[in-house]
Amino acid sequence: MRHLLSAADLSREDALELLDVAEEMAATQAREIKKLPTLRGRTVVNLFFEDSTRTRISFEAAAKRLSADVITFSAKGSSVSKGESLKDTALTLQAMGADAVVLRHSASGAAHRLAHAGWSGVGVLNAGDGTHEHPTQALLDAFTLRRRLAERAGGDPARVLEGARVAVVGDVLHSRVARSNVLLLETLGADVVLVAPPTLLPVGVGTWPCRTSWDLDAVLPDVDAVMVLRVQRERMGGGGFFPSAQEYTRRFGLDGRRLRLLPDHALVMHPGPMNRGLEISAEAADSPRSTIVEQVANGVAVRMAALYLLLAGEDAA
Amino acid sequence: MSTTDTPAPTGAAGDGAVPPVLVRRARLLGGEETDLLLAGGRVARTGPGGSLEAPDGARVVEAAGLVALPGLVDLHTHLREPGREDAETVRTGSRAAALGGFTAVHAMANTDPVADTAGVVEQVWRLGREVGLVDVRPVGAVTVGLAGERLAELGAMATSAARVRVFSDDGRCVHDPVLMRRALEYVRSVDGVVAQHAQDPRLTEGAQMHEGVVSSVLGLRGWPAVAEEAVIARDVLLADHVGSRLHVCHVSTAGSVEILRWAKARGVDVTAEVTPHHLLLTDELVRGYDPVYKVNPPLRTRADVEALREAVADGTVDVVATDHAPHPVEDKDCEWAAAAMGMTGLETALSVVQEALVETGLLGWADVARVLSSAPARIGRLEDHGRPLAEGEPAHLVLVDPAARRPVTPEQHATQGRNSPYRGMELPGRVVATVLRGRPVVLDGALVGDEPAGAPGAS
Ligand SMILES: [Zn+2]
Repeated sequence: MRHLLSAADLSREDALELLDVAEEMAATQAREIKKLPTLRGRTVVNLFFEDSTRTRISFEAAAKRLSADVITFSAKGSSVSKGESLKDTALTLQAMGADAVVLRHSASGAAHRLAHAGWSGVGVLNAGDGTHEHPTQALLDAFTLRRRLAERAGGDPARVLEGARVAVVGDVLHSRVARSNVLLLETLGADVVLVAPPTLLPVGVGTWPCRTSWDLDAVLPDVDAVMVLRVQRERMGGGGFFPSAQEYTRRFGLDGRRLRLLPDHALVMHPGPMNRGLEISAEAADSPRSTIVEQVANGVAVRMAALYLLLAGEDAA
Repeated sequence: MSTTDTPAPTGAAGDGAVPPVLVRRARLLGGEETDLLLAGGRVARTGPGGSLEAPDGARVVEAAGLVALPGLVDLHTHLREPGREDAETVRTGSRAAALGGFTAVHAMANTDPVADTAGVVEQVWRLGREVGLVDVRPVGAVTVGLAGERLAELGAMATSAARVRVFSDDGRCVHDPVLMRRALEYVRSVDGVVAQHAQDPRLTEGAQMHEGVVSSVLGLRGWPAVAEEAVIARDVLLADHVGSRLHVCHVSTAGSVEILRWAKARGVDVTAEVTPHHLLLTDELVRGYDPVYKVNPPLRTRADVEALREAVADGTVDVVATDHAPHPVEDKDCEWAAAAMGMTGLETALSVVQEALVETGLLGWADVARVLSSAPARIGRLEDHGRPLAEGEPAHLVLVDPAARRPVTPEQHATQGRNSPYRGMELPGRVVATVLRGRPVVLDGALVGDEPAGAPGAS
């Protein structure tokens, strides 16, 4: 794996390999000594042009547990916030001997550009680019889902997600998590339905490999998992995507009543950070069905696997 | 065709230094081999291929196998001077234009300062004369500072030495319907035309690319076709209501074509242009996030490209205009959202038209002369350009080798811009010679001397 820019870059075999490696990584994380020597001497740069503490910490932990040297540039207090260009930063990183760059950026396609513009030869891992993609989030969601469904039904881990029914609810239009999830879950054979007000579904969504619905109540009884997306408050009012927070919550919020529409085994997922009371109620977020805390823990294992395959994969293969 | 008429006397005002030129065996508009004797800034004599003798001191241009067209006229060029000389100057843009086969270009008004006064348009016009490679015809801004609030002094620009006839806030849309109505009405008194950049500003806030399948996947904010079509629909109705002439810049969607077809059938005095890139490229190219494909209006779908080609073929779209928009490298060598919009086009326009319209059988060379020369000259009221290559007519012409094929290498272009979307593509056709007012400015595909001795007719 040269770069990880989009969930669409992963074939079924690639994705399953990554999830399997993540399982191995997770197993090591249950030990008392969590650190592995795998990436000793390699340098991973976390380049965060956009603030995201949780994703940054998750990648830092993943790299450190593989014994890589980690350098973090984040939006505050570095040249990044002073308007230094992505290109100049890339050249600097190259000069510093970075082996991989984990990039978070507000512009869609920034990771693609860093990987392919000819500025540097460094491997790039997309940690969220604008409203485009966030592939490691989709991988950790798939990892979490696969584990939970396998615990219940058993079977070949390579096939657990085949036919799994997943609803993704909320602001699909602006969500990099939704795009990556649709692509990855399709690759793994799951059946995805996007549920959102029409204003928050992009023009062109009809060509995506999934179904869409405007009726959450109708969808919930038939799913194995519901992934709730974060809704930004600035999308309403002046943004005009929906009339009010109250109306959004009434029509698309996952509350106690809707929780009871789900099949008994169905999971509740959220990429965080949550707006409790807007897209998800406390009852739903804190219910035993919720995997939200688990997703965070699994994020480290999945990012360890991604870094491993990016940096050590060729030696190992 | 007569070969017995007395040639116009050489040494007419301003052209005394230009020796006669005999163009031998050029295929006139792609037809019969013809000799053209150019003297005194005019086509002095024509005759069947090989029939004319070169007068003493004449330069002979052997043109067997080449197609002769009237000098091309661009209705939509960004020369960037004054203000953005790091992107282009009147000199570098003129060189690019001449090498592309153009003998006249309309320089858009979105400079710094904006070309919204007689002083600025005269400055641009004068710079064009000093360079002397093409006739530079400034476009005047419709509104002061392109701000869309109050009319610029359109009359003063029209009666200035620059004789402005095309007015445009290009880059911005004249969105206020009352202001647009007033502009359409007012320019009638100077035989002018309002060239509208049709883009509803609210529907395109932050827009990055065509809104559709590809934008949904790439997570780039969409520029919906309706934002163009709604403005065109309003404007043709306004032009009809007040009986004015309207020109629509860079039409990019199939829906716009339908509206224009309807308006023309209804008798509205509307003309429209399409860019070469909208005739060849689609939004699929954006998938790699390379900002060289970022342009406004954006690249659309294959269906739009097909509709636009048909529209040029059936005359619904009158003109191919380049929207040549050079940018410094740093404005494109960045992430998509941070990049400037626009593509270079002067040096590739004729090749793209050949590729998209001639090789597909939609246009013949006489049609190419119409869409790249006579129609834009008529819309811009350039009486001296876009004329037939016939005796007594102005000697502006371009010789094209239609059999040539070559890869596009932006580093070899004369424009300062390296932002050509055709990099690496192999395109047909090569401009061999460009003649302005009887004087060859391009020969063998290269500029004739870098410092031409003064503009013809300059006082
Ligand atoms: Zn424009």
